[in-house]
Amino acid sequence: MLCLSSLKKVYPYKNAAGKQAEKIAVADLNLKIANNEIFGLLGPNGAGKTTTIRMLTMLTQPTAGTICYDNLNTAANAKKIKALIGVVPQHINFDQDLTVGENMHLHGRLHHMNKQERVSRIDELLAYVELSDRINDSVRSLSGGMKRRLLIVRALMHKPQILFLDEPTVALDPQVRRRIWDLIRKMHHDGVTIVLTTHYIEEAEALCGRVAIMNKGKLIALDSPTNLKEKIGKYVVEWDKDNGERDFKIFPDRETAQKFAAALQQGNILRRHSNLEDVFVELTGRKVN
Amino acid sequence: MLQDIFTAFWRDWVVLKHRMIKFILSRMVAPILYLVAFGWGLGRSIHTTSGSYLDFLVPGILALNSMNISFNSLAPLHGERIYHKSIEEYFTAPINPLSFAAGKILAAILRGMISSLIIIVLSYAFGANFTITPLFIIILLLNCAIFAEIGYYAAMTIASYEDMGRFNTYILLPMSFLCGTFFSTSKLPAALYYFIHALPLTHTSLLLRSIGRGEPAAIFSLIILLIYTVGCFLLCAHVTTKAQK
Repeated sequence: MLCLSSLKKVYPYKNAAGKQAEKIAVADLNLKIANNEIFGLLGPNGAGKTTTIRMLTMLTQPTAGTICYDNLNTAANAKKIKALIGVVPQHINFDQDLTVGENMHLHGRLHHMNKQERVSRIDELLAYVELSDRINDSVRSLSGGMKRRLLIVRALMHKPQILFLDEPTVALDPQVRRRIWDLIRKMHHDGVTIVLTTHYIEEAEALCGRVAIMNKGKLIALDSPTNLKEKIGKYVVEWDKDNGERDFKIFPDRETAQKFAAALQQGNILRRHSNLEDVFVELTGRKVN
Repeated sequence: MLQDIFTAFWRDWVVLKHRMIKFILSRMVAPILYLVAFGWGLGRSIHTTSGSYLDFLVPGILALNSMNISFNSLAPLHGERIYHKSIEEYFTAPINPLSFAAGKILAAILRGMISSLIIIVLSYAFGANFTITPLFIIILLLNCAIFAEIGYYAAMTIASYEDMGRFNTYILLPMSFLCGTFFSTSKLPAALYYFIHALPLTHTSLLLRSIGRGEPAAIFSLIILLIYTVGCFLLCAHVTTKAQK
């Protein structure tokens, strides 16, 4: 169980007038994430998702609040917790001077794995993401999708119990994105707890058992994607307005949505199921992407 | 902790192994130029009280070269921190952050020492005459350690690539020429003399020169180098802990 209690992160900065000011990146965040869950942090850029992940992975110190992994507090048990977690950052942070295999060995060494363990685990993981033949190649020579896959399996080298993925499919084409989703599902099937951030609605819907929607550093909703959609209404009617903009309305049932659509005089009417983006827009008035 | 120090060292050793030939060849260029220009060329018309100018020059070149190589070996760490962010890999691992600093500094010392060995071989080939003792090696090690630590501190604190270049221009370059490397500091104006003698490279030059001539080493200079070594490591430890937070 991962437990966040009253977590807060404030960054000092100088405002336009040159005076010292504070930006609240994360405000009073309370969350509990169960073992073997795929948990999503969803929100637009600047919502506080990455800051939250960085605090959970001990790359950033919280201004206030506590983070506990089972009974271990991050403030007092950093080394023990770091051995339990795997981190897939948003930024591709391989050592550019090393080969694929050397990057994997470096990670294994940093987690105190002996050579025999490292070699067999590297063989297994590179085969898992179909990169076995690239083991001696420089990481610079890999494509974007290959780098992402390698980034994920590198974090799995030491068999972490919890894996943090920060925007794991950002800037990838749909085909590669789906391969990475399959990889995440397989890791979950193997018993790894997954915490991921994303601003792709379909990614959160496809993968996550529960999502926390964040906006401007605050948690604004927390539930399963299905429940969140049901809460706002399962059906949506979209249409073009006279000024060319698109409008929409959410309905609790299909019949009401159909009646509304039939009565509309505007063109290009679309009836569809609601999604997490609708939930987000309903709750904040902003679009996720 | 030793295992983690070795891991950080191992990474730099692997990179060095990939580029060993290039590293050795590139490290030969500057010393050969110094030895030809200042030793053979200009040096033939310069006489010192204690022998040829080449014998005077070699300890200075060793001091400035080991300084430059040790410092610049850790300059890429700046890119790893700011641009590639690959040092986050160390900070999310269950290791003591100080072992990262120690491993990196040791690897830079190794590069500095390999480079010094190249200069020693070249200097003998050019006909220089100086004695190498265990203390001579220790002084070189201390000099490499001090400037590796300064390089580490700079790479972990300086914000932009341009500022790393400026550090080289404003700090290392003047030291290369003024700290008793190419000429004796004894005739410098008093204020400059004391300022120059507060810098570690001056003491390295003085110590290497006196040991190379077979004269006793100045304990005061040795203490200065030890103070710099410990003080700079404490700064590195501080900046590493701060960076992780």
